[in-house]
Amino acid sequence: MKALAARRRNPVVVTLLLLVALLGVGGVYAVATSAAPAEATASNDQTAIDEGKRLYLEGCSSCHGLNAEGTSNGPTLIGVGAASVHFQVATGRMPMAAPGAQAGAKPPVYTDEEVAQMAAYIASLAPGPAIPTAEQLDYSDADVAEGGVLFRINCAQCHQAAGGGGALTQGKYAPSLMDATPQEIYEAMLTGPQNMPVFGDGTLTVEDKQAVIAYIMNLQEAPSPGGISLGRLGPVAEGLFLFAGVMVIFIGLAVWIGIKAR
Amino acid sequence: MSDLTTRDSAETPDHGHGPTTDGDGTDLARPLFTGPGALPAADVPHRPRASDVNPKAARRVERQIAAMFMLAVLMVILFVIAYVGIDPYTMAYVPVLGEVGAQNAALGFTFGLGVFAIGAGAIQWAKKLMPDVEVVQERHTMTSDAEETDAAAEQFERGKEESGFGQYRLIRRTLIAALALFPIPLVVLLRDLWSPKNGGFGPSPSEVLSETAWTEGMPIVTDGTYVKIRPEEIPVGGLVSALPENINEIQEEEHNLNARGKAAILLVRMEPDEIRSQQGEGWDFEGIVAYSKICTHVGCPIALYEHRTHHLLCPCHQSTFDLADAGNVIFGPAARRMPQLPIGVNEEGFLVAKMPFQEPVGPSFWERG
Repeated sequence: MKALAARRRNPVVVTLLLLVALLGVGGVYAVATSAAPAEATASNDQTAIDEGKRLYLEGCSSCHGLNAEGTSNGPTLIGVGAASVHFQVATGRMPMAAPGAQAGAKPPVYTDEEVAQMAAYIASLAPGPAIPTAEQLDYSDADVAEGGVLFRINCAQCHQAAGGGGALTQGKYAPSLMDATPQEIYEAMLTGPQNMPVFGDGTLTVEDKQAVIAYIMNLQEAPSPGGISLGRLGPVAEGLFLFAGVMVIFIGLAVWIGIKAR
Repeated sequence: MSDLTTRDSAETPDHGHGPTTDGDGTDLARPLFTGPGALPAADVPHRPRASDVNPKAARRVERQIAAMFMLAVLMVILFVIAYVGIDPYTMAYVPVLGEVGAQNAALGFTFGLGVFAIGAGAIQWAKKLMPDVEVVQERHTMTSDAEETDAAAEQFERGKEESGFGQYRLIRRTLIAALALFPIPLVVLLRDLWSPKNGGFGPSPSEVLSETAWTEGMPIVTDGTYVKIRPEEIPVGGLVSALPENINEIQEEEHNLNARGKAAILLVRMEPDEIRSQQGEGWDFEGIVAYSKICTHVGCPIALYEHRTHHLLCPCHQSTFDLADAGNVIFGPAARRMPQLPIGVNEEGFLVAKMPFQEPVGPSFWERG
C-alpha cells in the first residue's frame, strides 16, 4: 500500500485514472440514454394513425405540443409531412438525446413500423411532403456526372465536395453523407431538416434529385486506394497529415544520425 | 584540411577494426591542443566505440550493415514482383490504413523500405565503422583585410577614370535621360486593362468590377439546369443557386467565367414577416430575397445558408451575413454587407431582376474604397 500511495502522484497514474473515469462516465451515460423501443402493431391506415398518435403523445408531445402545434422547445409539426417524420426519426435524430445546437444522427429509437405509424399520424394533420415512392428513389437511370454538377452547385458548400460534411455557425454542422440512404437523401432535400434549406421539386426536379442521389451513392462506393481518406478533404489535409507524421520520423532519424556511436 | 586540427589520425590509421591507442583510456582527458585560441568546446574526451575495441562487435556491425543492403535488394525484387503480379484494382485490408489498393500499398512499402534500408545502412556504416575522430574547425573573421579592400577601392577609381564618366558630360546626361524614361512603357501597358471593345477601349477596370450581367427584367434561371423559376416553386426555407438567363451566351462570347463569377446569386424564401429589413423598399417578392453569392471579403462563393437562422456563412473566413436583415455582416472579417438584387415577376410569371445590382458585388477594390 505504501508503494501505491507513493506513486499516486505519478503523471502516468494520473492520466490513467482520468482515462478510466472518463470511459466510465461515458459508458454509463451511453447505456442510460439508449431507451428500449416500445412495441406496436398496426395494419390498416386508421389504426396506424391512432397508433402513431399514441406514440406521438408518448415520445414527442413534450416538445412539439399535444396537438403538434409546437412549443418553445420544438417547432410545429403540422404540415411537415410524412417524409420529414421518417427522416428525423428513422435516422435517430428525433427524439433528441439532449438539447443542443443540432440533433445528430444516432441509432433509431423506434422500429420501422412505429416510424411509419407516426408518419401516418403527422401526415393526417395537414398535407406535407410524402415519403418518396420506390419509383422516385430509383436512381438506376440517373446521370452521375449531372448529379455531380448539381451536387457541387447545391450541396457541396455545406456537405463538402466528397460528402464528408462540414461545420456551420455556432455549433451546427452539415453531417457526413457517407452513411445516408437514398431515401434519407431524398427526404432531406424535400423537407429541409433542421437548418438545411429546402430544395423543392420545382427548382430541383425529381430527375435532378435522382442524379444527386446517384452521385452520392457513387461517392459512398468509391474506394480509397491510398488508405486513410482523412475525410476526403483533399491535398491540403493529406499534405498536412503527411508533413506532421513524416516530420516526426525525420526528426527521430536526425536524432539517431546525430547521436555519437558507442 | 589546412584549418582542421584532427587528433588520433596519425597514431591510429586502423580505425575500422581493432583497438586504438586510446583503448586503455589513459589519455581520454587530453586536450586537443593548447595555447592561445584553444576552444573549450573541443576539449572533449575521446571514447572509443565498441567496434573500435572489440573485433567481434565490429564483425557484428559489418553483418548488420550488409543485412540492410540485402534487405534493399530484396525489396527491389519484391517491388518488381508486386508491379507485375498484383492486379491494380485489387483492394486489400492493411491495419491502420484500412482498405487500400493492394498494388499501390505494396509498391510504396517495398520501394520506401528499400530506399530506407540503403540510407540506414550507409549511416550505420559511417557511424560504427568509418574513422571516429573529433575535428575542430577554426573560425576566421568575415571582413576582408585592409589590403583587399584598398585594392577594390582602387579598381573602382580606375574604372571611373578610364570610362570617363566625369569627363563626357553629354553621354552622362543622355544616359540618365534614357534610364529615367525606361519605366514609361511598363506604365503605358497598364492601359491594356481597359479591355478592347469594338476597336476602341471598353469599360475601365473599376467599371468592369462594378457591373454584372444583371439588367432590368433579366429572367433568373437555376444554376446547373438553367431553367426559369416561378416564385411558387421555391418553398419557404428553400434555397436556389441562380444566374441570369443569358449567362451562357456571355460566357461563350467572352471565353471566360468572369460574368458568371460576378452574377451568381442566391434565392431564399422566408415568411415575409421574418424579413426585418432589406436594402430597398419592396426588393423581395413575397418573401423571396435575392443576394449576391460572392463574399464581400475576398470573393469566395457562399451558399452555406441556415434556413432557421437565415445566416449565410462563408466557409473561407467565417464571415456571416444575416439575410433576414439586409444581408448585414454579423460576424467575421467582411467589411461590407452582401449586395441585394431587387426581384419581381414578369408577365409570364417568372422571377426576374427588377434592376441591376445597385452596388458592386464581391470584394472591395481601389476605386470603391
